[in-house]
Amino acid sequence: MRKPGKIAGQLIQSIFKKPATLNYPAERSGMPEGFRGKLKFNPEKCIGCKMCMRDCPTGAIEIVKVGEKKFEAKIDLGKCIYCGQCVDSCMKEALGITSEFELAKLNPDDLKITFNAENTSDSQK
Amino acid sequence: MHDPGEVKITIGPQHPALKEPESFLLSLHGEKITASSVRLGYNHRGIEKACEDRTYVQDLYLVERVCGICSHSHSTCFVQAVEEIAGIEIPARASYLRTLISELERIHSHLLWLGVAGHEIGFDTLLMYTWRDREAVMDVLAAITGNRVNYGMNTIGGVRRDITPQHKEMVLKAIDILEERTKYYIELGLGESTLLKRLSGVGKLTNEDVVRLGAVGPTARASGWGRDVRKDDPYAAYAHLDFKVITNDQCDVYGRTLVRLGELMEAYSMVRQILQKMPDGPIAVKAPRKIPAGEAVSRYEAPRGEDFHYVRSNGTDKPDRVKVRAPTLANVQAVSKMLEGGYLADMSIVVAAIDPCFSCTDRLISVCDEDTQKKNTVSWESIRLKGIDWYKNQGIDFTYLNKKLARKF
Ligand code: SF4
Ligand code: SF4
Repeated sequence: MRKPGKIAGQLIQSIFKKPATLNYPAERSGMPEGFRGKLKFNPEKCIGCKMCMRDCPTGAIEIVKVGEKKFEAKIDLGKCIYCGQCVDSCMKEALGITSEFELAKLNPDDLKITFNAENTSDSQK
Repeated sequence: MHDPGEVKITIGPQHPALKEPESFLLSLHGEKITASSVRLGYNHRGIEKACEDRTYVQDLYLVERVCGICSHSHSTCFVQAVEEIAGIEIPARASYLRTLISELERIHSHLLWLGVAGHEIGFDTLLMYTWRDREAVMDVLAAITGNRVNYGMNTIGGVRRDITPQHKEMVLKAIDILEERTKYYIELGLGESTLLKRLSGVGKLTNEDVVRLGAVGPTARASGWGRDVRKDDPYAAYAHLDFKVITNDQCDVYGRTLVRLGELMEAYSMVRQILQKMPDGPIAVKAPRKIPAGEAVSRYEAPRGEDFHYVRSNGTDKPDRVKVRAPTLANVQAVSKMLEGGYLADMSIVVAAIDPCFSCTDRLISVCDEDTQKKNTVSWESIRLKGIDWYKNQGIDFTYLNKKLARKF
């Protein structure tokens, strides 16, 4: 039978359910495993082949030689689109992906981070 | 004959229906639309040209960003063309995985549309419920691919990620929930008289007009035109799946709603079949960086209709030309037709009913003279001359250098 207000039953049921939304940032759902967030870099594995730089679609990553067989990765989080192609392109598994995604900064310069022997994952310049 | 009661109004480019720029010029008699024309071109991003400056691998991610909702559609369509040129045969498992993501994408897109349609007709309760339910498929997509949109699943020669048994379980669970919910929405669609009254007879598009104007996707199928690339020219794993092409003879927005709901049900069954039939094996083959010279056309049934990509290669690692025709471009002429004879108040739902993606569609800007309404096409040569002049005005003169270069070659 066709009648208006057919959705009312759902509405009444929903009154007794808890909200579908989360009270972010107090509550968080977390990201699934394998989520493509901020990159991490292991300078010990990097051989400076620069394949990551070659394949990066946005030019967000730069590998700089800082000494004999020592390399640094400079990543501009503002440019990075978190595609993870650099991780795929790296034969030495020097790059990896973390599920960290809350990366907003007030100052765009803070988005440029450098990974080296001293800091491999989280320090932001 | 000039109609003394005629009023002309422009709607847009500031989001007339959806939050995208496009503009409509409507001639009204009272509140009836007597004539309409659509203008696109407010969001030209130069993606095709940008593709030529990047390697095939980089283009994958660029092409994916043609559309935020059917991102997998564009990237698959592009990668299929590249693989055809290079003569790469992708592993069976990879084609099943591509199909899986493409059906999950259709589910999320159609649920999103249902919510948007509800919103456009003032039925916001429907928007809230469908978008809540849509989260189930978004979570699955995020878990499998690593992101909620722009999945980055494709690579030349296959896919980048495999699915685990846990993922399988997660997908099946989400599909079960969504199937229940969709059954409820179908019941609602058939039984709720406000929906029926608000949507039927709105945005009429006859079968002949579909053919004449070249409409695609659910818009065409709701006018009894059963074209679907998945059936007509099967790609990926669609040839191995059993599914129906949903059509409807209502020829209006109500019909388009029912077609999409029907397609959701088909998508659930397809996802189950894919998970059951998916063979084991590798998920990608190695692809060369340089693609041999050649050209290919690839078609793909995106949630909004047939997506079309053309790629021409020249033997280097960058394409020579990439052409993208998003489904909205095929449907946009039909919108003009659907608006005519209808009411002004129906405009937003009629436009929304093709599930438009205007930003994906824009491939060109034409410069229109305000006074004469004349449009100009600017040739490559005149852009060049203008550039030279502009630099001259800035005090930089390349004439000498140009002559020197010309002599050299
Ligand atoms: S691809 Fe890997 S090994 Fe090569 S430069 Fe980049 S991070 Fe280093
Ligand atoms: S994740 Fe993508 S955009 Fe970011 S640095 Fe790596 S390749 Fe470049």
